[in-house]
Amino acid sequence: MGLDFTVVPGYLDALFLGALWTVAITLSAAVLSFFGGIGLAVIALYAPAIVRYPFRLLAWLFMGTPLLLQLFLIYFGLIQIGVDLPAFVAGVIGLGLHFAVYNSDIIQSGILAVDKGQHEGARTLGLSNGQTIRKIVVPQAVRTVIPPIGNNMIALLKDSALVSVIGVTELTLSSQLAISKTFRPFEFYLAAAAFYYVINLGLETVLRRIERSVQISR
Amino acid sequence: MTDKPFIDIRHAAKSYGSLEVLKDISLQVKKGQIVAIIGPSGSGKSTLLRAINDLDPLTGGEIWLEDMQINKTLPHRQYEKHINHVRQQIGMVFQHFNLFPHLTVRENITLAPKMLKGISDDEANTLAEEQLDRVGLLERIDYYPSQLSGGQKQRVAIARALAMKPKVMLFDEATSALDPELVEEVNLVMKKLAEEHMTMIIVTHEMGFAESVCDRVLFMDQGVVVEEGAPEVIFKNPKNERTQNFLRKHLGG
Repeated sequence: MGLDFTVVPGYLDALFLGALWTVAITLSAAVLSFFGGIGLAVIALYAPAIVRYPFRLLAWLFMGTPLLLQLFLIYFGLIQIGVDLPAFVAGVIGLGLHFAVYNSDIIQSGILAVDKGQHEGARTLGLSNGQTIRKIVVPQAVRTVIPPIGNNMIALLKDSALVSVIGVTELTLSSQLAISKTFRPFEFYLAAAAFYYVINLGLETVLRRIERSVQISR
Repeated sequence: MTDKPFIDIRHAAKSYGSLEVLKDISLQVKKGQIVAIIGPSGSGKSTLLRAINDLDPLTGGEIWLEDMQINKTLPHRQYEKHINHVRQQIGMVFQHFNLFPHLTVRENITLAPKMLKGISDDEANTLAEEQLDRVGLLERIDYYPSQLSGGQKQRVAIARALAMKPKVMLFDEATSALDPELVEEVNLVMKKLAEEHMTMIIVTHEMGFAESVCDRVLFMDQGVVVEEGAPEVIFKNPKNERTQNFLRKHLGG
């Protein structure tokens, strides 16, 4: 049985819809992972031990276990304790928190790389420690770590395929559904790959633009 | 009233473990006075200056600004509130400017007044323009620090400190990081402040500047004030041998 790509156009609508879900879940999880990453970084560096340690434990759990398992836990596991999340929401939370932990590591090093004089400059004006971190340190740290965070976001886009297993009809699951009707895995997985590639190009363009617009020259 | 010291440092001491960097230093600065602190590196002069707004807290002694003790022992939360209040009244200028590179000159100047004094955007803009005009850099208001020369950066840093309407200004080797040809423009701004009777404490290596601008000069070495007095006395006729040696090296005489 040879390749027959003529079956693909009939399912383009479904694939396109799946691609939109992939974009939606990626963007939502990216926003969550970015701000979550900032929050976790600030907690890791500045919070008192009683707050810091529980969060560190959480970070270890998210870093040390498979994302797939985390998605299962959030979607199937939480129901047992009465938290019934829609699949999309569970996927965004799982992906978002998982990458927030990775982003947090990067942002922490970015914060530590901000010159001590910046902190002193702000404190001598009378800004509080919290105001200094919020207005002076974090904005500078975030700018310097945008490129590595961008790499994480590209990984996030690709890992978003995992949420297909909890029933979000995103690109991967859409292609699988098409395959189950046509028995043409090679064609549809290639089509899905092409979609991922295009989305990735778009994401890279956006990231590059963000990088350029926030760049601070010293 | 004029006799009462504006800044009163009483028996300041600081040590890191067994290393004493400040040993029982007392200093009174009156309103409108300009005091220079000179001395070799490691003499404790920057530490003393930084103790005034508690950036480097003392391990002994007291520092007062008018009727308020600066280095109070308070529970953490109260201390934070207290010290932020104190620091709003004390301007500080650093060797490396410490401008905020992600903010424009205007934003560098308006950030603290807006956040801490709750002034409106219009008021803040007027304030930024006034202060920049004072240091002669009004036309650079929308530049980023990276687009300025070292001298210009330092003048912006001075404008930023002045925007908080401080009662006293501290200068920590404000011209030491500058190319020689850029020192003068910063010195001119400081001279102008002196003419406006701003109370200033200046840690400096610029002997000529200290001599021409300051009312009093302190020579510090190894954590103590070795000699102090009017600039003409310290520079022309120092009594202490250590002062003489230091000045000989610095003035090349």
